[in-house]
Amino acid sequence: MDSVTDPVLQRQRILIQGIVQGVGFRPFIYGQALHYGLVGFVFNDSQGVTIEVEGSLLALASFQRALREELPPLARIDSIATESVQPCHETTFVIAHSQASNQRYALISPDTATCDDCLRELFDPADRRYGYPFINCTNCGPRFTIVQDVPYDRDKTTMRTFPMCPTCLVEYEDSLNRRFHAQPNACPLCGPQVSFYDGGTTISTTTTNDLIMRIVQQLAAGAILAIKGLGGYHLACDALNTEAVQQLRQRKHREAKPFALMVPDLNTARQLCVVSAAEATLLQSHRRPIVLLRQLPNCPVASGVSPAYNTLGIMLPYTPLHHLLLRAFTTALAPGSLAVLVMTSGNLSDEPIAYQDDDARTRLAPIVDGMLTSNRDIYMRCDDSVMHISAGNVQFLRRSRGYAPEPIPLSFDLPLPLLACGGHLKNTFCLGKGRRAFVSHHIGDLENLETLTSFKEGIKHFQNLFDIDPQAIVYDLHPEYLATKYALDSAIPQKIGIQHHHAHIASVLAEHGLQEPVIGVAADGTGYGTDGAVWGCEIMTANLLGFERLAYLTYIPLIGGEQAIRQPWRMAAAYLAHVYGSAFLEVAIPFTQQLDRAKWHILAQMMSSHLNSPPTSSLGRLFDAVAALLGLPQGLAQSNVLYEGQAAVELEMQATYATDAMQEETELYPFLMDRIEGQMTTVLNVAPLIRAIVNDIQQGRTVPKIAYRFHCTIAELLAQACHEIRKQTGLSSVALSGGVFQNRLLLEQLITRLEAFSFQVYTNRRVPPNDGGLSLGQLAIAAAQLRAI
Amino acid sequence: LSHGSGGKSTHNLIEGVFAPAFSNPLLDAMDDAATFRVDGTDDIDHRLAFTTDTYVVSPLFFPGGDIGKLAVHGTINDLAMAGATPLYLSVGFILEEGFPIVDLRRIVASMAQAAKEAGVAIVTGDTKVVQHGKADGVFINTAGIGLVRASWLMGQAQLEPGDKVLLSGPVGDHGIAIMFAREALDIESDVQSDTAPLHTLVASLIEAAGEGIHCLKDPTRGGVATSLNEMALGSEVSVALDEQSIPVHPEVRGACEILGLDPLTIANEGKLLAIVAPGVADTTLQAMHNHPLGRDAAIIGTIQAEPPGMVFLRTDIGGLRVLDMLVGDPLPRIC
Ligand SMILES: [Fe+3]
Ligand SMILES: [Mg+2]
Ligand SMILES: [Zn+2]
Ligand SMILES: [Zn+2]
Repeated sequence: MDSVTDPVLQRQRILIQGIVQGVGFRPFIYGQALHYGLVGFVFNDSQGVTIEVEGSLLALASFQRALREELPPLARIDSIATESVQPCHETTFVIAHSQASNQRYALISPDTATCDDCLRELFDPADRRYGYPFINCTNCGPRFTIVQDVPYDRDKTTMRTFPMCPTCLVEYEDSLNRRFHAQPNACPLCGPQVSFYDGGTTISTTTTNDLIMRIVQQLAAGAILAIKGLGGYHLACDALNTEAVQQLRQRKHREAKPFALMVPDLNTARQLCVVSAAEATLLQSHRRPIVLLRQLPNCPVASGVSPAYNTLGIMLPYTPLHHLLLRAFTTALAPGSLAVLVMTSGNLSDEPIAYQDDDARTRLAPIVDGMLTSNRDIYMRCDDSVMHISAGNVQFLRRSRGYAPEPIPLSFDLPLPLLACGGHLKNTFCLGKGRRAFVSHHIGDLENLETLTSFKEGIKHFQNLFDIDPQAIVYDLHPEYLATKYALDSAIPQKIGIQHHHAHIASVLAEHGLQEPVIGVAADGTGYGTDGAVWGCEIMTANLLGFERLAYLTYIPLIGGEQAIRQPWRMAAAYLAHVYGSAFLEVAIPFTQQLDRAKWHILAQMMSSHLNSPPTSSLGRLFDAVAALLGLPQGLAQSNVLYEGQAAVELEMQATYATDAMQEETELYPFLMDRIEGQMTTVLNVAPLIRAIVNDIQQGRTVPKIAYRFHCTIAELLAQACHEIRKQTGLSSVALSGGVFQNRLLLEQLITRLEAFSFQVYTNRRVPPNDGGLSLGQLAIAAAQLRAI
Repeated sequence: LSHGSGGKSTHNLIEGVFAPAFSNPLLDAMDDAATFRVDGTDDIDHRLAFTTDTYVVSPLFFPGGDIGKLAVHGTINDLAMAGATPLYLSVGFILEEGFPIVDLRRIVASMAQAAKEAGVAIVTGDTKVVQHGKADGVFINTAGIGLVRASWLMGQAQLEPGDKVLLSGPVGDHGIAIMFAREALDIESDVQSDTAPLHTLVASLIEAAGEGIHCLKDPTRGGVATSLNEMALGSEVSVALDEQSIPVHPEVRGACEILGLDPLTIANEGKLLAIVAPGVADTTLQAMHNHPLGRDAAIIGTIQAEPPGMVFLRTDIGGLRVLDMLVGDPLPRIC
């Protein structure tokens, strides 16, 4: 078409922001312009992409539609601004040079799983990248983990040490090529290589294929290997090999917490677990999180992989190396045997995952039989994301690789650039500017020095990457959180403290752009309350500006502070003492019969003299107490739990073993809602519930049945409390957050009940309901409060 | 709420209120005692050490000691940590109306004996009686003067990367003994307060290691965690501790397990931390072992350059756990 002679010739300037660089966006625009016969140009600048297109109105409309509907897989448009400008009458469409500007708003994309095109080439013997473990293109490959600085260019990534060969360079410079400006572009001639370290020597002389065959044979023979991935090292072994799995537990000092698995394909996953359509989509998405799936009854995976759980955390391969390994592992096994690898984070116990080669050698080499490593450096550590489908929706348990650092869009402009420091465990921080909240990758437990260091360095890195200079710093009210201490010691003068559970609820409000007040249900482990007590089951009216606490669980002492969290039996005893007084010792159930009386005697004295026994309204602790009453965690009667939340998790697992017959019997345990005289506040009194559970134990009811009834009762209690608050306030939207809502049974039961009451229910979809979501909530509240000033 | 409990909030109170108001070079060093020359010169020899402390312990009598003994030992120890031989003490009493005279006699006798044993003289004093309810039995203030034996600079600004951290004995005895006595907990225990005058131990360390000693500190309120954090901040270095090497009596460890407390945050009254040059670490340790108050001494860690201002523990499986000073009561952080 000859556009110059078109009677309705128009020209548009289109500014696009979002994830539009390094994702094949300009070639896409070029292709579309050609397709619709448009002339003009496209270029990248630090704010995004600028396009000018000229042609007929109809062609321009089609082009705009394609922009919205036919994006390259990794691209995401946050905003499009179109204006009409004077036609220039060029004859071609060109990709112009990138323009630098002093703002650098372009977004760094998350690391992305190998795309189908690259996968085809990887396994095509005729392709020059056949079997090359670092194949990638603009649609896939490493991003966030290799970026050292902005703008996103090869020399600002850890790929800068690999000059491209002429063939790669041609691809890189060809605007119609799938590898046009793919910064990590590489091939076997010019790119990174894998090598194997067996403790004494580094072997890199054999071909990659030989190396991989050798490795999978070792794995098939029961070896434990460290494997360098995208955001860090994994520890791998054959998940069907009971002995290897046990070995791995010992060497890693991880006694009970489940290991994640990697399987070659969806079919294999289906032989281990029930996989719904939604779960299959999540497993196969280019973000490739670990997805928690329900195990099949005859699941062949070693029981030590996920003890006491009826779920498995499964992911599909997301790097070319993973694809090569898993495919080769299948061939190394006996025919008909399933290829399932444990792929757990490369660390000891609760340390952060190793990602630097030197560090990995020091820390991991002593506990593995060999290390599959490479000479491509990881700049940013990034753990695997963990998700599940709960009440029909995706829920994050950990938001990290594949998602970070993609910003979460806000429904309003931040008045100032802000930094929110998040919680103490499962930490993420959040930097915000404009309408974007950059929630960091999973940082972890700040009590660990290395994690604390990566928290501080991560903040600097994000500030630089996204050009954010925070003018106010936001923190949790808990004076002992290291994130709080960091905020209070910071040079940023304006500091804003946010209550823990208000932040949890605000994370939901921020995700959904909710401005109006809602009823917030924060069901949590522990958080610092404004009365100095340890909160954790708070039903409030809240918007981003503030909250009012209208109902909470009866205060029970945490005898020995954190020790009462590590030892759920303390909570069970404290609840019994609360309900029965000191006579509880005469209550004939196994728990009291096995209780160490001398120890309890001291605890009782601590409780009465308020010695390190802060009051708590935590729902997580009630779950702990009920678990301990039922003898959970199994085999740990009066010792420490082996990981955070173990007792509550085992209680949920037991509840899922309830038979259909048990589930159909809808009788709930009793509870009371005590109105505090002269106040709007209701205390949720579970003393009758505890008595009824004790009675059920005495009647010999089974653990699954009691656990199931307990879950339903708590759901009913929370739903009733919301119902009462609606009577007082007229509010009919409910936001649910807090770590306890990782419990799928509870969440499903509660949502069902709330919807039966005609509530509109909102939950976290973009950040975890646990403390990993706090930083987003903190940021949103601080922004709202600053705007209101 | 917890401004007196000795951790970070006391630290903040000092940094926020007293230090700016009273600021001068001697105070600003923030050591346990000020050292200076009477003639006003900066010469390092023949300095005096001067310190004061107030004692408000409850209960007044506890296994291993009483408030009077504590008041004498505490001030002697603050002088000793400056490398000084304690010479003279002053005593001030604030008595609550109706305080039993027998108790007062007992306390005074205990102080006299403690001073005599330590070879220091109580040379001046003062007494005030306040209305019932305006004080809790008896409060005692002591001040002390000593002659500095160290002819080099010591203090929490003198730490250097590579230095070794020595601890003179097991931690937590005093705080746990007090807690048991105060709360009348029915724990079968013979944990006794470790209250003791440390100046002869210090004298033998100075003899043995000389200017290799960079800093001495008695980890009283807030325990080893607080003392080391103050040093890390004062010298802008980090302190790396080896968790397994820190001596703790099994009874104290057991009590901490039940109470949910960290022995490293619990008060001591007869222990010292010595930060010494690596070359004299073994000599210093040997000198501690040769003294009755240092028999169970151990090298517990190392001073590092990075990350400044931090104290951390190498745990038994090799992890590095941050050891901060407590702001207030140890509320749980696990969510
Ligand atoms: Fe929380
Ligand atoms: Mg003192
Ligand atoms: Zn690709
Ligand atoms: Zn190449």
